[in-house]
Amino acid sequence: MKTQTATENNVIVIEKLCKHFGDHTVLQDFALSVKKEENVVVLGKSGSGKSVLIKCIIGLLKPDSGNIKVFGQNVPDMSHEVLDQVRARIGFLFQGNALYDSMTVRENLEFPLRRHWIAASQNEVEALVMEALENVGLAHTVDLMPEELSGGMLKRVALARTMILKPEVILYDEPTTGLDPVTAREIDKLILKLQDKYHTSSIIITHDMNCVKNTADRVALLLDGRCYAQGTYTDFEHSTDPNIHQFFE
Amino acid sequence: MAFTKNIKAFLNDTGDIAGFAGQFFSTGIKPRFEVLELLNQCYIIGYKSLPLIGLTGFIMGLVLTMQLRPSLVAYGVESQLPVMVGIAIVREIGPVITALIFAGKIASSIGAELGSMKVTEQIDAMEVSGTNPFKYLVATRTVATTLMLPVLTVLGDAIALFGAYIGVNIRSATSFYLFFIQVFRSLSFGDVLPAFFKTFFFGFAVGIVGCYKGYTSSKGTRGVGSSANSAVVLSSVVIFFIDLLAVQLTDLLGLN
Ligand SMILES: Nc1ncnc2c1ncn2[C@@H]1O[C@H](COP(=O)(O)OP(=O)(O)OP(=O)(O)O)[C@@H](O)[C@H]1O
Ligand SMILES: [Mg+2]
Repeated sequence: MKTQTATENNVIVIEKLCKHFGDHTVLQDFALSVKKEENVVVLGKSGSGKSVLIKCIIGLLKPDSGNIKVFGQNVPDMSHEVLDQVRARIGFLFQGNALYDSMTVRENLEFPLRRHWIAASQNEVEALVMEALENVGLAHTVDLMPEELSGGMLKRVALARTMILKPEVILYDEPTTGLDPVTAREIDKLILKLQDKYHTSSIIITHDMNCVKNTADRVALLLDGRCYAQGTYTDFEHSTDPNIHQFFE
Repeated sequence: MAFTKNIKAFLNDTGDIAGFAGQFFSTGIKPRFEVLELLNQCYIIGYKSLPLIGLTGFIMGLVLTMQLRPSLVAYGVESQLPVMVGIAIVREIGPVITALIFAGKIASSIGAELGSMKVTEQIDAMEVSGTNPFKYLVATRTVATTLMLPVLTVLGDAIALFGAYIGVNIRSATSFYLFFIQVFRSLSFGDVLPAFFKTFFFGFAVGIVGCYKGYTSSKGTRGVGSSANSAVVLSSVVIFFIDLLAVQLTDLLGLN
């Protein structure tokens, strides 16, 4: 379990990341890197700062110090314009889906398309929306409002919206939490399918060990604001460290 | 103790809202403009408030006339009823009542809408989708309230005057033509223009307070509920303060 050094192959490199709210330190010298076409799962207890971590990566939160290099550029130093361009290449699945509840499913999916991709024609937009919905098996919900969908369907629509721009990197915040095991496994499969189809790299945040087992190329444990350990799923499964072992109980 | 705490919270709020309004002028109204969303909001905020403003305006004009009549009769100047009612409506009651009703309907809905968008991370989702949520949500709504309230006030005044005409006609018969001649002859530009201009500020206050309260809403249904509630309370208070300032100002400028 050695820490990764930055290479040409890394799409995300995080170094010495620190973030605190008031006198509550959330991240302290956190380091992690993600290679091309790699799925890295970040494990951590509730409240350990996992969501804060990926919000720093996408620039929604500003870290106190440290570097977050995405595609070789440091996120905290980016201007608004550059940040927008980088965000168009990153998909972000929110923990609570964050679907716009005043818009239909179609409008929800069109929103990032129209915003990032001003030139797309109406036909192109329509085709991309339908492709994204077919990927998650929900083409029939296109004209429904989010309030008419079940929890698992909402998650899948959110997933469709996340991948509609065919991002090179996807950040998943708890993609399977709150779903029944069957739907959760469907989401796992979807994540793998999307990765296979579009060659994405991803950071997956979860404490669902089945999801880890199914999707992870590498696992990192976030503890006390640091990257406590890294390894494969099997490394973690056989670990005797109580901090790691507790996730398997 | 609670009282001083309230005052402190009110002053804190006022300072923060001033900062928020500053952000509106520094970033909110720079290109690129969200024209489609602005038109959409004008429709929602303006057009959909019209029935309520019309109804309350009508009742206000009618009731005001019926209440004023006995006093005027006592002084033997019943014939001045249209003039009295007209001035009262156009100069003060029309703009202020319309603004208060507008605040009740719009500030609360903006506060609740943006509040729930905030706590469900929809605002973050917009930002990630290459949209400046301040421009898309706050600027459009604030511009819409600023433009729509004056329009609603003019319409509301007109409907209130019509209500007053009905009120006059309950006891005595006046022709529609005579009533309006009487009203308009008594009104000068000094009555109409300041009253009209201040409604832009009322509209701006409703928009910016509603957006501020929603945008800074705390988590949970209680947070959203209380941001909707305090948006109405605070914008109503601000409307009265602006009214107070406006009347001093027109007095100083000798427009009265
Ligand atoms: N905007 C904020 N202001 C203040 N504190 C915050 C803010 N966002 C997060 N925190 C704090 O940071 C800590 C980490 O929060 P975070 O949402 O990252 O947890 P998490 O690991 O994602 O947990 P969960 O698995 O429950 O989603 C928490 O203690 C939380 O209280
Ligand atoms: Mg979280």
